Amino acid sequence: MSQVRVSTKINGDAIEFLCEADEPLLDVLRDRLGLTGAKEGCGTGDCGACSVTVDGRLVCSCLVLGAEAEGREIRTIEGMANGEQLHPLQKQFIAHAALQCGICTPGFLVAAKSLLERNSNPSEHEIRFWLAGNLCRCTGYDKIVRAVQAAAAEMRKG
Amino acid sequence: MQYEAPTTINAAVKLLAGKARTPRVLGGGTDLLVQMRTGRIEPDLLVDVKRIPGMRDITAKAGGFRIGAAVSGSELGENKALKKAWPGVVEAANLIGSTQIQGRATLAGNLCNASPAADAVPALVCAGAVAVIAGPKGKRSVPVEKVPTAPGKTCLKKGELVEAILLPKRAPRSGDAYLRLIPRSEMDIAVVGVGVNLTLDAKGVCTAARVSLGAVAAQVLLVADAAKALIGSKVDDAALDKLAAACSAACRPIDDKRGTKEYRIEVAGVLARRAAQIALKRAKGSK
Amino acid sequence: MPLDPQADVKSRKFKVVGTRPLRPDGIDKVTGRAKFGADATAPGMLIGRVLRSPHAHARIRKIDSSKAEKLSGVKAVITATDFVDGADLDKGTRDVLVNVMARGKALYEGHAVAAVAAINATVAKKALSLIKVDYEVLPHVTDVDESMKPGAPVLHDDLYTGGVEPKLKKASNVAFRHEFGHGDIEKGFKEADVIVERSYKTEATHQGYIEPHACLASVGPDGQGELWVCTQGHFMVRNTCAALLGMDVSKLRVTASEIGGGFGGKTTVFIEPVALALSRKANRPVKVVMNREEVFKATGPTSSTSIDVKIGAKRDGRITAAWSELRYQGGAFPGSPVEFGAMTAFACYDLENVKTIGYDVVCNRPKQAAYRAPGAPMAAFAVESTVEELAHKIGMNSMDLRLKNAAKEGTKSSYGPVYPPIGIRATLEAAKNHPHYKAPLGPNTGRGVACGFWFNFGGQTCTSLNINIDGTVALAVGTPDIGGSRASMCLMAAEELGIPYDKVRTIVADTSSLGYNDVTDGSRTTFASGLATINAARDAVKKLCERAAKTWGIPADAVVWEDGQAKPAGANAGNFPPLSLAELAANAANTGGPIAGHYEINADGAGVSFATHMVDAEVDKETGKVEIKRYTVCQDAGKAIHPSYVEGQYQGGAAQGIGWALNEEYIYGKDGRLQNAGFLDYRIPVCSDLPMIDTVILEIPNPGHPYGVRGVGETSIVPPMAAIANAVSAGAGVRMTQLPMSPPKVLKAINGKKAGKQH
Repeated sequence: MSQVRVSTKINGDAIEFLCEADEPLLDVLRDRLGLTGAKEGCGTGDCGACSVTVDGRLVCSCLVLGAEAEGREIRTIEGMANGEQLHPLQKQFIAHAALQCGICTPGFLVAAKSLLERNSNPSEHEIRFWLAGNLCRCTGYDKIVRAVQAAAAEMRKG
Repeated sequence: MQYEAPTTINAAVKLLAGKARTPRVLGGGTDLLVQMRTGRIEPDLLVDVKRIPGMRDITAKAGGFRIGAAVSGSELGENKALKKAWPGVVEAANLIGSTQIQGRATLAGNLCNASPAADAVPALVCAGAVAVIAGPKGKRSVPVEKVPTAPGKTCLKKGELVEAILLPKRAPRSGDAYLRLIPRSEMDIAVVGVGVNLTLDAKGVCTAARVSLGAVAAQVLLVADAAKALIGSKVDDAALDKLAAACSAACRPIDDKRGTKEYRIEVAGVLARRAAQIALKRAKGSK
Repeated sequence: MPLDPQADVKSRKFKVVGTRPLRPDGIDKVTGRAKFGADATAPGMLIGRVLRSPHAHARIRKIDSSKAEKLSGVKAVITATDFVDGADLDKGTRDVLVNVMARGKALYEGHAVAAVAAINATVAKKALSLIKVDYEVLPHVTDVDESMKPGAPVLHDDLYTGGVEPKLKKASNVAFRHEFGHGDIEKGFKEADVIVERSYKTEATHQGYIEPHACLASVGPDGQGELWVCTQGHFMVRNTCAALLGMDVSKLRVTASEIGGGFGGKTTVFIEPVALALSRKANRPVKVVMNREEVFKATGPTSSTSIDVKIGAKRDGRITAAWSELRYQGGAFPGSPVEFGAMTAFACYDLENVKTIGYDVVCNRPKQAAYRAPGAPMAAFAVESTVEELAHKIGMNSMDLRLKNAAKEGTKSSYGPVYPPIGIRATLEAAKNHPHYKAPLGPNTGRGVACGFWFNFGGQTCTSLNINIDGTVALAVGTPDIGGSRASMCLMAAEELGIPYDKVRTIVADTSSLGYNDVTDGSRTTFASGLATINAARDAVKKLCERAAKTWGIPADAVVWEDGQAKPAGANAGNFPPLSLAELAANAANTGGPIAGHYEINADGAGVSFATHMVDAEVDKETGKVEIKRYTVCQDAGKAIHPSYVEGQYQGGAAQGIGWALNEEYIYGKDGRLQNAGFLDYRIPVCSDLPMIDTVILEIPNPGHPYGVRGVGETSIVPPMAAIANAVSAGAGVRMTQLPMSPPKVLKAINGKKAGKQH
């Protein structure tokens, strides 16, 4: 097994790393780069807790190889806030009690942000189907959907 | 294990035809990486095809479409022209997994993974799609229904890979649809999948049809009797009854953790009826 | 600790309790900064992996780990011999020992047989493949009824059914027979005008927390150890691991990480003793993280069950007799929650004649662990389905039948105690008066109602409250926060001290920093840690008043505490301006030193909690697929400290119940192996499966808590399966008696009804 050298951009920063050829991006983020915000809930793309974006596209980082990050732009939960300024989704999740244990929260926030970038006024149906790949076991999703609606409204006001 | 990301098709073919014992093509990786993770396969070479020009493009071709093998489901869904011409193909592809999976999953991958329950395949079969295969001996085109030969196996020879999927020119007054039965509302593997593609004449009579079933046999089925039930009819209740019966009769399903034989046989007929009605509506609404 | 006088609590204007402030750990959780079980690392850390039995039942003849030990990069290999022999342990702990690592026999597919620690995951994986285990495969059994039959493969040759006299001569798979009830059941059935008798089956389900078990252990050559772990009870982890490793409890310091879900499944240990044993042997920190397949195969799902119910009533709806026999399998060791099932089955009703019998059965499945109101949801499914059918047979509205028989203050419960003030009637009436109840039904849609009950627990609890130098407050509790309880602790402390909510910071202290605390389970945290927090705050207030008295030179009992300030009790006490908490804190060095309050208790007086759920389910009669269209939870919280998080518990419990009712199940092959050990085919509800879930919080104060708090976390999972079964049965036109009601099952039932087959 020979290691691959990767040059990439993560949350706007130029990053270089070495990884195994078969190492998922999720493991690279968590174990090599100290970015533990993305979580492994299943390792097989079924739970969304590892969600990141690659060149603006929402994906499960457990199903992307670290090697594939070469020359791409990765965005994780750690890049969502702007310094001290929380993203409206982050604020509304707290305000609406849209998290209980919080393990699924980074994945939901990255996924919801991706939705609102494409659709600034999603219906409840659209929100639920967009987020169907993010599992939550604590909340029953009700307050998560409300938080996304509130964030969308806040962002529409500009 | 080695990872390579060639920038030409020829380089990819050379790698796949080379010394590696278990080389694999890496497109979206949504089946491959899961299988590696669960230990089902241990490739010694991964050939990432996403950096080859054209692999990620959707282009108009011969009145139809050429879809590069690495185009993701999300990109398919964002292509207005493709959605308009082939809503059934696009909706089938977009049913695979979640939004995150859609960000990566490809038609070619879904086809070559050769799962009996693949969602994109019945719709592609109905559409008369063709796979363009590149290999050491050059290029060849194969109707998609001939690509999977058994669960997990394809007709591809050593060194070959799918370069693109071609969709033909759409006849006027045509519509396609794909429906599947899953226990939840998203995320599941199809328990039954049905694709219907039909064309009407000016009087509303069906002149051409293709009906395909997924998850009810070792491979996706193209059901000639089901098509016959529609052709020559106005897709009325009588025709739909015959269609449903033909589909149920064609099933060769198994009992497994997702459904029983009887269930699949019965629901294949139910979904065929519903899919045909959607395809009919689309055909009437199209020009 | 009793309720503050009733008049007080009902009319009391709480300043902060009952509001919805932002939770203190919110920012860390929305930025990815919060550290969960798998997020810790240590210098020199090794990766630990576990080798697991591929067989459902097998004798372990030999384990040869020599090749694994020689592999470069492997620093330790362990088997059962690296733990204590267990002869001194109580039966329950000994079962945990054997479950943590098999000795002599593998009792289920996934049972741990050995473990390795290596420099990275790749070497660890290779090392596992080099361990040779010589198995003698034995016949296995995974179904609860099959396991009870004579001739079934027996798992433990020293297991004789408890609770029966005289003692049986043959070992079997029936660990215990429980019985509860009162009155004369035969007389009751003779008096009945109408009787309904039915049998039900439910499949095993998993708590389904999104965070797999994970821990980081570090044991030094002096036998002192540290453990970082996601758990519902780090004091329990400390005690159990120390016992299994033969360590002094005081030598092991356990820190609870943030926890990504528990629901009862993290109230015991699986990989923690393994990580500690590996670390001890390698003399390096060892991190062990389960993958999802291991979580399904080798942690603690709940029981699959087989339940018979018989209920008789008069024509006016008054129940005259209620009987049930419940059979639960708890995996390979005794301890299924059938006892709780038998106790809670009829707990919602005021009954003269009631009898429940429960059989605790073992079989070749993983050892069960608690799952949110353990044992109760299955029993409620069976009983509430029967109650519904009884109402139909009588021709009475089922809500009215429940109201007619509802338990109340003074009722002798079916499991023994007499009820103090309780909320079941209130939840039924709230449901009946809710707009949902009157809303028109869509096509093919059925409406179902069901009630549920849970005891809730108290338990050993202590808290420590320290006043900081600037008048802010540091509160240390010992119950891991699994649902947002730190916010509620801050609210209660702030309420008692009369200071703003954000002046209190609550942490979950490690095992070396606080006295013993029972596990976060039994919906006990807001009740017991809350009660301890309130009393610790009152203790601090007493000391603050003493400091003020000292400052003023007046007796301590001449000082009162109001709105965060010490004040002279009256004009006679003296004319001193009030001293704020901040002022007293700043001057603490001069009045006697640091100011703190604390409280230790084995809390009883936990209030039982009732709920009524209502659901509309649409049935596609051609495919058997069910869609939940509308859902309403009415539940008694006693006193909602932070209403948003109470609502969250109601909604979360309902969602798990929906999954359990419709799609979740452990599917075993004939080979005794689990076929769906992943989130693809173990189908928990996804966002698009559910509607918004309406909640109604009733508040009938619990006499056993100063503010009237009742636990809320568990009751919410008790009614859903029954409510949904009642809705689906109505929508489909046929009674459903087996869970999950997956599409193939529903369609089969509909077709069976059409063909005139009775169920």
